Amino acid sequence: MFFTYLRRELAGRRRQTAIIATGMALAIALVIIVTSISAGVKNAQAKVLESVYGVGTDITVTQTPTAPTTANGGRQQFQFGSGEGQTTDGTTTVSRSRLTSGPGTATFDATELATVSGVKNVSAAAATLSLRNVTFSGQLPQRRQSGTDTGATGGQTAPTDGTQAPQGGPDGAGGSAFDVNSFTVLGLDPAADAIGPLSAVTLADGRSLAKSDDGKAVAVLDADYATSASLAVGGTIDIGGTTFTIVGTVASNTADSASASNVYIPLDMAQSLSGETGKVSTVYVKAASSTDIDQVQADIQKAVPNSTVSTQADLASSVSGSLATASSLVAGLGLWLSIAVLAAAFLIAILFTISGVTRRTREFGTLKAIGWSNRRVVGQVAGESVVQGLIGGVLGIVIGIVGVVIINVIQPTLTGGASQSSFAGGRGGAGGTGAAAGTGSTGESTRGTGGGFSGRGFGEAARAAAATTNVVLNAPVTLSILVIAVALAVLGGLLAGAFGGWRAARLRPAEALRSVA
Amino acid sequence: MYTLSNVSKTYKQSSRTVHALTDVNLSIGDGQHVAIQGPTGGGKSTLLQMLGGLDRPSSGTVMLGDAELSRLPDRRLAGIRAKEIGFVFQGFNLIPTLTAQQNVETALEPLGISGEQRSKRAADALASVGLADRGSHLPSELSGGQQQRVAIARALVKEPDVLLADEPTGNLDEETRDEIMELLEGMHRDRGLTLVVVTHDSSIARRAERRLVIKHGAVKEV
Ligand SMILES: Nc1ncnc2c1ncn2[C@@H]1O[C@H](COP(=O)(O)OP(=O)(O)OP(=O)(O)O)[C@@H](O)[C@H]1O
Ligand SMILES: [Mg+2]
Repeated sequence: MFFTYLRRELAGRRRQTAIIATGMALAIALVIIVTSISAGVKNAQAKVLESVYGVGTDITVTQTPTAPTTANGGRQQFQFGSGEGQTTDGTTTVSRSRLTSGPGTATFDATELATVSGVKNVSAAAATLSLRNVTFSGQLPQRRQSGTDTGATGGQTAPTDGTQAPQGGPDGAGGSAFDVNSFTVLGLDPAADAIGPLSAVTLADGRSLAKSDDGKAVAVLDADYATSASLAVGGTIDIGGTTFTIVGTVASNTADSASASNVYIPLDMAQSLSGETGKVSTVYVKAASSTDIDQVQADIQKAVPNSTVSTQADLASSVSGSLATASSLVAGLGLWLSIAVLAAAFLIAILFTISGVTRRTREFGTLKAIGWSNRRVVGQVAGESVVQGLIGGVLGIVIGIVGVVIINVIQPTLTGGASQSSFAGGRGGAGGTGAAAGTGSTGESTRGTGGGFSGRGFGEAARAAAATTNVVLNAPVTLSILVIAVALAVLGGLLAGAFGGWRAARLRPAEALRSVA
Repeated sequence: MYTLSNVSKTYKQSSRTVHALTDVNLSIGDGQHVAIQGPTGGGKSTLLQMLGGLDRPSSGTVMLGDAELSRLPDRRLAGIRAKEIGFVFQGFNLIPTLTAQQNVETALEPLGISGEQRSKRAADALASVGLADRGSHLPSELSGGQQQRVAIARALVKEPDVLLADEPTGNLDEETRDEIMELLEGMHRDRGLTLVVVTHDSSIARRAERRLVIKHGAVKEV
């Protein structure tokens, strides 16, 4: 009887069933789509992070950057003595490369690696030193004896052999061509290959860094960077004034993306060339199990004061680009829209159920009058609502899956950049303060050939150079999403049934005798 | 069968208090056929509610056999209605989405009679009111008289002790009215059940062995 009555009611009152089920279906479909996109965006973020931080990195430890204390702390300076460079035909060509930790990068003592490794439930830890190599090269026009240079025009006298020297200003500082070239360098322990940036790459050519490379001037290049800089395995690259042999190139595991750094060299080489002896900038930590991450994070924070200890979840917020937009869109708009539509669907179901019970006052009164218990009447009302919710849920799952399939067919591409924390604080130094005194000691007096250069805004450059990854959004539909969807539909039905049933329970059996309206 | 002692029923409507029944003393014997007449608003339906255990009096006691209807909890009242009392209403009160057969079966539902037994008894009840071939029809597919026959089958299928009818022919034409009354009186004769009929119609009331008139909540024998 229960099922017969229920079936005949739903079939006999199709409009109410259709409205309640449609509302529920739209809400459930939205929940499925939003949940699935959210899972897809999370996967995409994990991919981006993986390309930067490596596979299996649960936590990174960096030093909280402090404001530079020395006058030169925030900027880079190249100084050339007067004897610097090669002079041909009146033009001095200078070139100097320098390897620094760069402005805004805080380093800390390498002994902290042992401290981190000693923390409970840390299964692996590796330290890296993040650096930037800046090569300054340029041509300086050579100035003649100051004594001969009396003309108000102050022009450069063209060399007699006819070669074109750069035209310059009266003091000889102008007319120079400078080129500043920079790339990122990551010093890492070649023995620790299980964790860290190099665990997220595949070898494109040559070999990776090996334990025996400690102390050797060998480098592995990011394949994209190698191509753009016209470098290849077997060639050499000047890092911090030392010539490194290129032994291999690596590519990121993620399509269309660069790996974490342009160049990878052994940690000890990086430390000695940058003057950061015994220093590291990031420690990569793998926890014994994902359930330990919070504990490990807290313990490292305690063990290494003044450090920034970030989990994957914290790092996810550092992912930028359209991926970040999508993430916040899903988390914000998507979530609230789902809640709002779900609430609206529940409300519609409740209101229609209550009004349905009110319309059937005489019907329920009659059933009570002929001996139906309250429980039986309420059960009938609740049963109808739950089935209406279930119909909506099933419809919603179908619509939701269709929506997700459409998204996966369209394959929207999201771009995500993850700036490594060590480069994050981009601060430029003060503007170039001009010439350091370079006095000629040779007979041919050249005044002002000593030049000073102050770098500005390398932090910005570093940020821009950080890995950018294109990830195709793949929205997965998991069984748990479907279970949640059905549960929500049943919950909506139960809620409507509870209100409708409460209403039906309060009906007096005497309503059966009310004269026909 | 019924013993009513000092039964009063008042309805409080916002500011006004309506005395639907005032100090009614009444007894109805087993197998009696009683007609209740009176002006509109006199309290006929209210009295029927007291007899049917649909509502409780404001004061006084209503006894059905040994059961004190005025004191029983809702659950027990529902049980008594399910087993012992059959109702027929002026508006038929069939469930619009259920077929005639299913409507009759609703009366057996609270008795815990299941499946085959239930459909057989319902079909027999429909046959006894002359609707053996209309079991699969919806109420909307039946005439008024046929609908009331289905309602009578629903009231009788449980084989009750009492049949309470509130203007059972109020919505029917004269010819159908006589058919329905003959049906009810036949059940009363053949099964010996107590029949209480509320009616405006004196010709119907005259056929009862006992006639009561309710005016301003007070019951008088005629
Ligand atoms: N639920 C209620 N709430 C308030 N007043 C009520 C209620 N039911 C009945 N009454 C009042 O009680 C009085 C008796 O009503 P009742 O329905 O018993 O009259 P009736 O004799 O059946 O009239 P009719 O011939 O019109 O059916 C009327 O004045 C009516 O307005
Ligand atoms: Mg009445």
